[in-house]
Amino acid sequence: MKKKLTIFLLVTTITAISFLTGCGNGTKSESEHGTDIELLNVSYDPTREFYVEYNQLFSKYWKEKSREDITVTQSHGGSGSQARSVIEGNEADVVTLALAHDITAIEENGMIDSGWIEEFEGNSSPYTSVIVFLVRKGNEKNIRDWEDLVKDGVEVITPNPKTSGGACWNFLAAWAYEQQRNGNDEEATKEFIKKLYKNVLVLDSGARGATNTFVENRQGDVLIAWENEAYLSLQEHSDEYEIVTPSVSILAQPSVAVVDRNAKKHKTQEVAKAYLEYLYSDDAQRLAGKNYYRPSKEAILKEFSNQFDLNINLVTIDDFGGWDEAYKKYFEDGAIFDEIYEE
Amino acid sequence: MSKKKQRSYSQDIVGDSIHSIQKVIEPPADTSSRILKYLLIGISILFLFLMLVLPLVVVVVNALRDGFHTYVEAVLDEYSIKALQLTLLATVIAVTVNTIFGVFASYLLSKFYFRGRQFLATLIDIPFSISPVIAGLIFILTFGNVGWMGEFFYEHNIKIVFAAPGVILATIFVTFPFVFRELFPVLNAQGKDEEEAAALMGAKGFTIFRKITFPHIKWALLYGVILCTARAMGEFGAVSVISGHLRGKTNTLPLHVEILYNEFNTTAAFAVSSILVLLAVLILIARNFVEWKKK
Amino acid sequence: MEQQIVKVKNKKGVRVIPGFGLSMGVTLTMLSCLVLIPLISIFVSASHLNFQEFIEVITSRQVVSGYIVSLSCAFFAAVINAIFGMLLAWVLVRYEFPGKRIMDGMIELPFALPTAVAGISLTFLYSDQGWIGSLFAQAGIKIAYTRVGITIAMVFVGIPFVVRAVQPVLEKLDRQYEEAAMMLGAGRVYTFFRVVLPELFPSLLAGFGLAFARGIGEYGSVVFIAGNIPYKTQIAPLLIMSKLEQFKYSDATAIALVLLLLSFILMFFINSLQIYMQRFHKV
Repeated sequence: MKKKLTIFLLVTTITAISFLTGCGNGTKSESEHGTDIELLNVSYDPTREFYVEYNQLFSKYWKEKSREDITVTQSHGGSGSQARSVIEGNEADVVTLALAHDITAIEENGMIDSGWIEEFEGNSSPYTSVIVFLVRKGNEKNIRDWEDLVKDGVEVITPNPKTSGGACWNFLAAWAYEQQRNGNDEEATKEFIKKLYKNVLVLDSGARGATNTFVENRQGDVLIAWENEAYLSLQEHSDEYEIVTPSVSILAQPSVAVVDRNAKKHKTQEVAKAYLEYLYSDDAQRLAGKNYYRPSKEAILKEFSNQFDLNINLVTIDDFGGWDEAYKKYFEDGAIFDEIYEE
Repeated sequence: MSKKKQRSYSQDIVGDSIHSIQKVIEPPADTSSRILKYLLIGISILFLFLMLVLPLVVVVVNALRDGFHTYVEAVLDEYSIKALQLTLLATVIAVTVNTIFGVFASYLLSKFYFRGRQFLATLIDIPFSISPVIAGLIFILTFGNVGWMGEFFYEHNIKIVFAAPGVILATIFVTFPFVFRELFPVLNAQGKDEEEAAALMGAKGFTIFRKITFPHIKWALLYGVILCTARAMGEFGAVSVISGHLRGKTNTLPLHVEILYNEFNTTAAFAVSSILVLLAVLILIARNFVEWKKK
Repeated sequence: MEQQIVKVKNKKGVRVIPGFGLSMGVTLTMLSCLVLIPLISIFVSASHLNFQEFIEVITSRQVVSGYIVSLSCAFFAAVINAIFGMLLAWVLVRYEFPGKRIMDGMIELPFALPTAVAGISLTFLYSDQGWIGSLFAQAGIKIAYTRVGITIAMVFVGIPFVVRAVQPVLEKLDRQYEEAAMMLGAGRVYTFFRVVLPELFPSLLAGFGLAFARGIGEYGSVVFIAGNIPYKTQIAPLLIMSKLEQFKYSDATAIALVLLLLSFILMFFINSLQIYMQRFHKV
């Protein structure tokens, strides 16, 4: 009986402590913000650093404009699973995801009005990126372009396109390169991709996992990554890595949209729209550039011309007939990506 | 069968005499048994060192690799504290619920015979055998927008998934059988003769439980509670699916660790993990204290 | 159910021990609310597929190879856990040595450590650049990103199951039998296998089953150390995730359902054995 008492006391103490601290904090944060409006932005992994700064920028702007305080809650994760969480009931007011395909999936569930892609400039992509290689300092394996990745003994790290939206861009960039090189011979391209993925040592489930495998666990010779991710790693360990820009790459266009159904429910349509529109302002565009995203405004992009290689030969998703078609052709179950792993 | 019978027979006859000899036999353990003892201890320590201690060392080393200051900063970060609160809340609720369930269910399944007993025992074990990913998913398929009750909850603005209740539910689910699993084998091995005797002598239900059943299970109960607490604190997969990763709102400590790791903030990620290790160590001290008090 | 209970009651006459109704009520209510009702969703969701589609999903080559990887690694991990768990429980119950308390308390740590952290730490240790992995790498053995790595992660998450299942029973086990056997001239090994092990077997089996089942479903830690290469190191739960990523809920739940049934059958077998052994013991 004593023991039960002890356990009971232990449990009560823990409960008491957690509730006390909980209440204490709760009141504090309320008085701090005096929250008028709350906005939930469901985004994907590599945008954290950008949105931390952008949210401050925007709340300042919004306060000046409408005298309302705004708190933006962020949620980050793999792009596909984030889209899924919105469909399943994560009540996001805006989504800012890695590829249009994920937003279309939300649209198909009737939560976003169709035509969202026309709502903002540049296919609703306020910032873009390209696919580059990150190699270890010295570039021992002499990796210059996509064809170097299929050589024997080169170990490649890239995430799995079936679990990571961002990785679809990697696959398509490699595909575009080989198609251009061999003059649209699809069978040959398939062989090329097959060889490329034979060299993949670890097929992480997400883009950030892949970067960590390459950087923290020092696996592989080359990481296929988004330019902004590559720059972030470079920033942390500048003396250990180099960025190699391939001759052909793809313009990765992360898309943004207002989730109309939730915004309507929360009565945040106006502010949600303003939140995304403001991404195109000069300040926000510069902020994107500072976070190694390519600003979609030409003028601002030029300001960053010594940071980004602007002469890179870029294809876009439209060259693949848009996301719906590309996804069906390459990444669906039994599609090309599955085929290359069949024996 | 015959062996078992023999044994209970021998127990009756030689039981007492053995007890008296026991003390005499014990001390002069021969060298071979001593070698065996140290060999077994050595293997155990090696196994634990490779499988358990080293991963923990990795956590601590990485947590401190940017110095103590960075460590404290990471641990006292506003979001870390909020994540800790949610973790503690979910753990306390889950452990309480599962302890109540475990005691009743193990009593039921070990003291009474009824048809479908095995089936019921196996049903209770289901949460063990479900992939944590699925454990999270089932709540989404039930309460989420895509679920069969989803519309109702959306209209009435009741948030279960992607909010704290979902996190708590998922935690309860994955730790559901823990206390039961600890109690059941002990009660099963004990049999029900004593309870029957007491009942025949007219003892009331609660008295039987308190005086007879409880003393048998108190240690197992303690282990179960500890196991359940540990598992509830560390649960990642199921909670990850259901939380929506809302920073400062639905993030538990394990999710916060993942977020930090994905921010390339490895040091902070390990620092926050070390909180969990520390909590586990605290529980261990508490248990040792209780055990020590008993002696 | 109610019918059957009444029947058994009548057959046996009066149920002697009180509290049947209360404990049955509490057990069933909590079980239904917290486990069974949410669980129905899996069946509801998987039932969107017709039978042929269902079979197609669960027998596609990738999925089958995922099952094989998950099952085989989980099996080996459970065997390793059974052996070492038994050993640990024995050492903890029977021997006195300095540091025993610490060792005892450490057993639960794999639970408290989030599986993702476990996965990251284990990968850090066992990759060919890691502290232990580099030693093996010199001998040409790769651990992380192979099935060996998956097995290690599963061993890690399953350690507490066997130890904590066996330990309480071993503590309660009367040492008289062993001593009697030894005095009667039985060797140590013989005594262990013929006297101690049969007593511990049900709990050992229970621990094994739990560790096995846990391994089959494990995702968080394995995904970091696995490499996730299709047909080689891709586990079944990862395939569930990849189906979800394509918004194919029914396919995902179909794969999950198979995993669930496999573990359910396993657990049912083990529970039946446990209960059977107990009844056998009483007869």
